Amino acid sequence: MAERTANATAFSAASLRGDPGRLRKESAIRAIFFAAAALSVVIMALIVLTLARETYTFVSQVELAQLWSDGWFPRRALYDIRTIVAGSVLVTAIAMLVATPLGMGAAVYLSEYARPRVRRVLKPVLEILASIPSVVLGFFALTWISPEIVQRLSDHASLFNLAAAGIGVGILTTPLVASIAEDAMRSVPDALREASYGMGARKVTTSVRVVIPAAVSGLVAAFIVGVSRAIGETMVVAIAAGASGGSLFSLDVFDRGQTMTAAMASLATGTDAVVGAGLTFQSLFFVGSLLFILTLLLNLFADRFVRRVRQKY
Amino acid sequence: MAMTTPPLTAAPELVRQRLQGKKVDTAGLVFRGLLVVALVTTMAVLVVLLVDVIAGGWSVLSTRPVDFLTGKLGSVAARSGIAQGLRGTFFIGVFVVVLAFPLGVGAAIYLEEYAPRSRFARFVDVNIRNLAGVPSVVYGLLGFAIFVKALRFLTGPGSANGATVISAGLTLAILVLPIVIITAAEAIRAVPDSLREAGFGVGATRWEVVRSHVLPYASPGILTGTVLSLARALGEAAPLILVGATTGFLSEGAGYSLASLQERFTAMPMVIYTWAGRPQPGFQNNTAAAIVVLLTVVLLANAVAILLRNRYEKRR
Repeated sequence: MAERTANATAFSAASLRGDPGRLRKESAIRAIFFAAAALSVVIMALIVLTLARETYTFVSQVELAQLWSDGWFPRRALYDIRTIVAGSVLVTAIAMLVATPLGMGAAVYLSEYARPRVRRVLKPVLEILASIPSVVLGFFALTWISPEIVQRLSDHASLFNLAAAGIGVGILTTPLVASIAEDAMRSVPDALREASYGMGARKVTTSVRVVIPAAVSGLVAAFIVGVSRAIGETMVVAIAAGASGGSLFSLDVFDRGQTMTAAMASLATGTDAVVGAGLTFQSLFFVGSLLFILTLLLNLFADRFVRRVRQKY
Repeated sequence: MAMTTPPLTAAPELVRQRLQGKKVDTAGLVFRGLLVVALVTTMAVLVVLLVDVIAGGWSVLSTRPVDFLTGKLGSVAARSGIAQGLRGTFFIGVFVVVLAFPLGVGAAIYLEEYAPRSRFARFVDVNIRNLAGVPSVVYGLLGFAIFVKALRFLTGPGSANGATVISAGLTLAILVLPIVIITAAEAIRAVPDSLREAGFGVGATRWEVVRSHVLPYASPGILTGTVLSLARALGEAAPLILVGATTGFLSEGAGYSLASLQERFTAMPMVIYTWAGRPQPGFQNNTAAAIVVLLTVVLLANAVAILLRNRYEKRR
């Protein structure tokens, strides 16, 4: 009996814990990983703080007449937001006109029609398209899309134009839309398809009336993420829309133009520090804030749609 | 009994015919046709792009390949090369590999292994997904404000005024960090729990389980994600413009010494952006040639990632 008690004290919880050196190492490693995870929060905070600080300076000093004038000429203290927002809206609209049918069509084919072997070949091709740097697409938009497509559509189109930039951005967005849309459709359970076939429905009926409605929130998410990506795309527009310096307010897609992103790039290009009248430097951050808030809202919105698909199945 | 039974191999065809009658499935054919058109158009764009770029760059790459790769930026197209661009891109790659990979994988390990489903993990998760959607120009603004301005004494106290490859490398490492975390976390999540339990069962600590069980199993997936994010970082140009990569000439050499990290710099995407804006045909050909070089690097990285993933999926 006495022996037993002795044994019990010898094997307490403390003796299972291992030697203290090992525990110290364990908690040190845990702390390092925690710091790595917390870094992303710090980055987000820094982005918000930097944007907010200069944007505050800009908003508190700029006059309303400067924000609503004839065009975007930051070096002459004319910050017409309409010009760059209209440019962004036009480019995004053209991009989505290209990316939605191409991306969704490719997604439906890959998820519903393609045999596994075909899919294994086609999927990497889409991924290669997704990995092409945006400067490359910008060059392609300027040297091929503009003369071969846009200038054939319209006689008065200049070499640099918003339409070519929009098509280029659309090509860049297509693989993203396709990939999210395909994920959404593949997560629709096969039982739904089989039920549809069991009722005697054709393949096209099953795809259009059963699978697509079931995956609709994922498809909406794909569209929204595509829009967010298109708004944030910089280099294609900076190269193909010819937006150096500034531009007048215009809704002509066959003419030069400027988006929010390209306006930022052209402000920062070629000079050591951003120079110009008064608030030019701060205007960079103001546009950045606008862009940040817009894409953040779109992404949060898309996230809710994705979650809805995930909860259902 | 003169019943003619059709051969068994024709049975599916026969069933289909009986069910469908003699009607042709027009809607089905049209729908399928439209889908194929969408897919073929997408593929065709890729082919046209590659052909256009290679055709444009061929005159440069075939006549003076070595000269083009080792030459410096200049005002004469026929004598300009991309050595300085390659150098910048190399160093950016080094920064991404050294900073973003360990930090990203570390964060993923914490989120998946140390604090899964905790409130903190959920918060960080939402935060990371939002970070992944932030446009790259905005990261450029961050890099400009933090690395070029606030940390100038570290990134480039000399004539470069902070607009150095250090600032660019740090900015791009931050840019791809969310992508590294997301892909690494996915790979770690796919490791079966039985593996972890086996480790804990023999008394291993959490780190020992992670190091000897989880990471080896998840490594192909993690590697795929990291290679893809490296390719992304090497192709980004917008943040480089914001942190002040040179668009004109560069007096400094194409050295790879540590001191040269604090000099002015350029990188491949910047070279392409600058050249694409010059109207002379010589520079157009140079641009195409530089694109071929950049695409070779980026597509090779992607090919490696895809091959890795295919092998990994097959093993499962």
